[in-house]
Order: sequence, then C-alpha cells, then structure tokens
Amino acid sequence: MTNETKNGATAEVTRTTGNSASLLLRGVKKTYADVRAVDGLDLEVARGECFGLLGPNGAGKTTTIEICEGLTAPDEGTVELLGLNWLSNANELRQRIGIQLQETQFPDKLTVEETLRMFRSFFRRGISVDESIKTAQLEEKRKSRIGGLSGGQKQRLAMATALVGDPELLFLDEPTTGLDPQARRHLWDSVDELKHAGRTIILTTHYMDEAERLCDRVAIMDHGKVIALGTPQQLIASVGGEDIVEFAVVGQGTEQGTVDAAMLTAIPGVQSHRVDAGLHQLAVSEPHTVVPRIFTALTEHGLHLSEFRTHSATLEDVFVRLTGRNLRDE
Amino acid sequence: MSKLELSSLYQLTMVRFRLFLREPEAIFWIFIFPILLAVGLGIAFRNRPADVLPVGSTTVELTQALAVDKGLSVKTLDLAAGMHELATGQIVLLVVGANDIGAVYRFDDTNPDARTARLLADRAIQTSEGRQQAVSTADELVHETGARYIDFVVPGLLGMNLMGSAMWGLGFSIVEARQKKLLKRMVASPMPRWQYLVSFMLSRLVMLIIEIAAFLGFARLVFGVPFRGSLAELGFLCLLTSLAFSGLGLLVASRATTTEAVSGLMNLVMLPMWILSGIFFSASRFPTIIQPVVRALPLTAAIDALRGNMLQGVNLGQEAIPVAILVAWAVIPFAISVRIFRWK
Repeated sequence: MTNETKNGATAEVTRTTGNSASLLLRGVKKTYADVRAVDGLDLEVARGECFGLLGPNGAGKTTTIEICEGLTAPDEGTVELLGLNWLSNANELRQRIGIQLQETQFPDKLTVEETLRMFRSFFRRGISVDESIKTAQLEEKRKSRIGGLSGGQKQRLAMATALVGDPELLFLDEPTTGLDPQARRHLWDSVDELKHAGRTIILTTHYMDEAERLCDRVAIMDHGKVIALGTPQQLIASVGGEDIVEFAVVGQGTEQGTVDAAMLTAIPGVQSHRVDAGLHQLAVSEPHTVVPRIFTALTEHGLHLSEFRTHSATLEDVFVRLTGRNLRDE
Repeated sequence: MSKLELSSLYQLTMVRFRLFLREPEAIFWIFIFPILLAVGLGIAFRNRPADVLPVGSTTVELTQALAVDKGLSVKTLDLAAGMHELATGQIVLLVVGANDIGAVYRFDDTNPDARTARLLADRAIQTSEGRQQAVSTADELVHETGARYIDFVVPGLLGMNLMGSAMWGLGFSIVEARQKKLLKRMVASPMPRWQYLVSFMLSRLVMLIIEIAAFLGFARLVFGVPFRGSLAELGFLCLLTSLAFSGLGLLVASRATTTEAVSGLMNLVMLPMWILSGIFFSASRFPTIIQPVVRALPLTAAIDALRGNMLQGVNLGQEAIPVAILVAWAVIPFAISVRIFRWK
C-alpha cells in the first residue's frame, strides 16, 4: 500500500488503492443447518501471491473457497475479488477467474481436447486449447477419452479447464487429494510454473508439506476460523523452536518410565513439551546444544530411551501446537 | 479455430451429440427398440388368411357334407377318439351322427373358434340336405391399409418413443452431470446457463429428425403404413411432442441429485401414460369418469394428434385440442423447472 501511495499519483492507482488486493474477505459467516462452517473470516490476498488455506477436513476450507468463487452466498460479510463483487459483477468475474473444484468428474466419454475446447468457448479471451494441453502436459492424451486417464492426469485436466481463460485469479480446491506421491510432485511443478508466471493462486489443502512447498502465505483454519496466519517460516517460528525432538523412554525396572514434564521444560533451549501416546515431543532451539542436555537429564533420572529422533519443525507441528490435535486424527 | 468452434452454444450442443453417440445403449433404446417393437407387433397381429378350423365327424356321410366348406378341415373319427381329440383341442367341434335327430354338435361355446365351426358345419349339413337360401347374399372381402392393427399401433409407438427419448435424454443426463459435480463446475465457469439448457433442446431436435425418419421410414417400407395428413404437420406434431416431454424431463430432473432417484421419478411419471394413453389400444376404453384425466395426459394428446394426422389425414386446425394440451405441457413444466432448477 505504501508503495502505491508513493508512486501512485495517477487517478488509476488512487482509484484502486482501496482494493489492490486480489481477494478481500471481511467478516464472512456461513451456517449450514446448525453447523457454523465459516465463522467470521477476514482474509486479504495480494496480487501475485500464492495463498494457502490449510486445515483438517471439515475446517471450513471448501465453504470458504466456494464463497470466494461465488458458488455459495455468505450469510454475512463482504467478498471482493479483483476489486469486484459477486452481487453486481458476477459475469465479469467469471471471465477473469479460474476454478478447479474438488471431485469434479468430467464426462468419461469425452476426450481431453473436446473438454478443453468446450471450456475455452465459455471465455471471451484466453489461451489456445493447444497451449492449455501443453501446459497440463497432456499432449499424448489429447485424443484420449477422460475415462482412460490416471488420477493425476484427470487433476491436470481439471487445472487446464481452470486455465483456458487465462485467469488473473486461480482457485485450486485440494488439487492433490487422492494422488500418488509422484503425481503430487508433478502437479506441484505445474503450480510452481503458474506462480512464476505471476498469477494469484488460492489453494486449499490438508497436506502441510504441500502448503510449505507451494504457498507464500498460509492461513490455518479450524472450526470455521483462521487460527494462524503468516508465511510458513513465520508460523513455524511461532511454535517457539525451529526443531522438534521426539522420544520415548523405558524405566529402570519393568514399569513404564514416567517423565516429569517440568524437568524437561527446565532444560535451557526447550520451548515446550507435549506427550502423545507415550511419545514425548519437545520444541527446541539449537538442537546441537540441547540434545546432550536432554540425554544427561534422562540418565540422571534413571530413564532409558527406546526411541529418539529429531526433525525440523513443520506446519504440521504448528497445527498440533495450536489445536492439540494431529491433522490426520480427523 | 473457426468462429463456430468458438461459440459456446455450438460446443455445448456438440458435446451433447458426442456423449449420446458414444452411449451404445441409448442408441439401442431410441433407434433400434421401437423398430423391433413394430416388427414384433406387426408379425403378431399380421392379417392372415382366415383360419381353417379343424373338426371331426363320426360318419363318412357327415364328413363329405362338411368337406364342402373351405373353412373347415374334417376327419372321420369314432366317438371315443373324437371325444379325446376334442378334449385335447386337436379339433374344436365334433359332429356326432345320430339316428333320431340327424346330428349332434359337441363343442365349447365359450371358444369363439368352436362357435364359428358350429355355424359353418351347420350351414354345410343343412345345404347338403337341400336347404335353400331365403335371401340371396354375396360376400365382398376388404383388407384396407390404415384399418389394420399395425397402422393403429405405429403412431402409438412413435408417441411412446418421443416421450422416452426426450425424458431420458434430458432428465438422466442433467442429473448425472449434477451428481458428478460437473454441473457445478460448468456453473463456476462463465458459461451462460440458458445455453446449457438450450443445447439439450438443439441436440434433441437433430436427433428427433433421425429418430422419426428411421422409424416412420421403416413402418412405411415394411408395413406400408399410410401417411394421409400433411408431412410438415406431422413433423410439427413430433417436434411439439418432443418439446412437451423435454419440459417434463427437465422438471423431473430439476431437483434430483442422484441418477437412481431420477430414474425412479421418471418411471413414476411415464408409467401411467404407458397404460392410459392408448399406445397399444384405444384410450377410449377407459371408463368415462377418468376420461378427462386420460385426455389431459401429454402422451394421449400426442398419440391422438399423430393418429389423426397419419390415419385420418386431418389437418392441424381440427386438432386444436390435443395441440393446445401439448403446448401447455411444453410451457408450464419448463417455466417451473427454470425457477426451481438446482444448479449446484
């Protein structure tokens, strides 16, 4: 914003200053029957940003993204895309955004090319069908029927249908759910290319590694609310440590070893402690100095390690820390 | 890309064609099935030369007298064998020679063939004994095209086929797209919604021409079914019928979210018409009290109008009532379904 006010003497810029964000949500709420799917959401996504909505199933990600896409009307709040809103500029918006929905099944008996040709015809401007096939790396499948495509190829086709209109703003709802690891990585590369081309991308995922890999910023959602917002690095740093130490112990005798949590958190460099199914998790900074102190402390209490490992903190750890639950527990 | 290929209405309509043509079952039900049905019914109800009725007699004299009539095939049997053949249906009438009264007819009076045989046999025996005709009469045989069962049933089958293909073509495809979240995906794109619905109508229109030409062409060539009315008016009636059932199909499909649900609904809507609308027999056979309901059904109106055109050669002006009923069925369900249609 400051940049714009500095450079922006022109009327054009002043006019758009208030809504230079690609996406702006203010106080958005949506209730289904008795479930608060989205409970007071504020979001702002800048132009050219890759923004991730992250959270377990049922957190309200899909409802949120569908409200943004104009497929669901919010009960309350305002939604603004590219400075426009769904109430008065729906047709214009549809032309300028690209959408990939969760679990769309295109007709099995149409070919890749026929499907893309149909979607291309809906847009006033956009890229050629050939180009979209190339971007989706489906050249060899151009004449194949959709029924014969793999899961990854179908997802890339779904993405291609979102890209034929050369959108300024792209929505991807769980683009890699249900794909095998190789197909996921393949799709990530495609998203990378779109990012480098400068498109604004909003994606939802329940894979933390995906969000870390792709997103400039993420919002972690739980029960219809944003519980954390920032770059992946900021969020990981907010856990209080850069690294996570996990261990399990056995006692001297036969009984299960019991560990005094206070004893662990007293160790300098240990930020936090939690225990989950006998597995202790410590958030630590500078593991190279902290780990020897942990060993010493455990030995002094007559405890033996049965398991021990460390890893760099991930968004998964952020989620666990914020909610006390694992993502995949749901 | 040509300008046409860039048109979304063209693309949507082409997609409908492709999906239809790549579905072999649909092609069978719409193009092959009505022809097979017409062939089956044509064979079953073909006009045969009058049946020769098998009868028996117990005396050689009676056998000679009976053999004069071409409608009877006679054999001489003793009483026991004759009773056995009568009981097993090998003969329909046994003429027993009796001394006191000349002849006794044994037959089942609930069997029309047996009653006919009795009349023929009696006439033959009376004539052989010298009875004269009281009034002079002559026979003139009539096998007129247009009065046969096949002529009656072809417009019925045409109406039934127009109903089935329009309802399934719209209803099933729309609900399938909704169930597979494809409809939602289409609505999320800038596709004009009206074009989606119109693409169904346009593809139906082209399919309709092929469908009618194949079926009526077959009926004409193989059975010589007559076309006494104007062909252009016949085409208009087919189009109107198809539109009426497209509207109904759209209405049935406007809320359903699974193909199972819509199949059930569709059968529920079509079943009464299969029974009541006079496909295979005249709808006027139903009691007077339910006639207003029967007449108001779109299929009854369609079949009435088609029969009027093809068999009686009446023009549209004389079919104002069925045409008005069809127009109402084309407009009202369509208007309702556009209002309640579930796009997501």
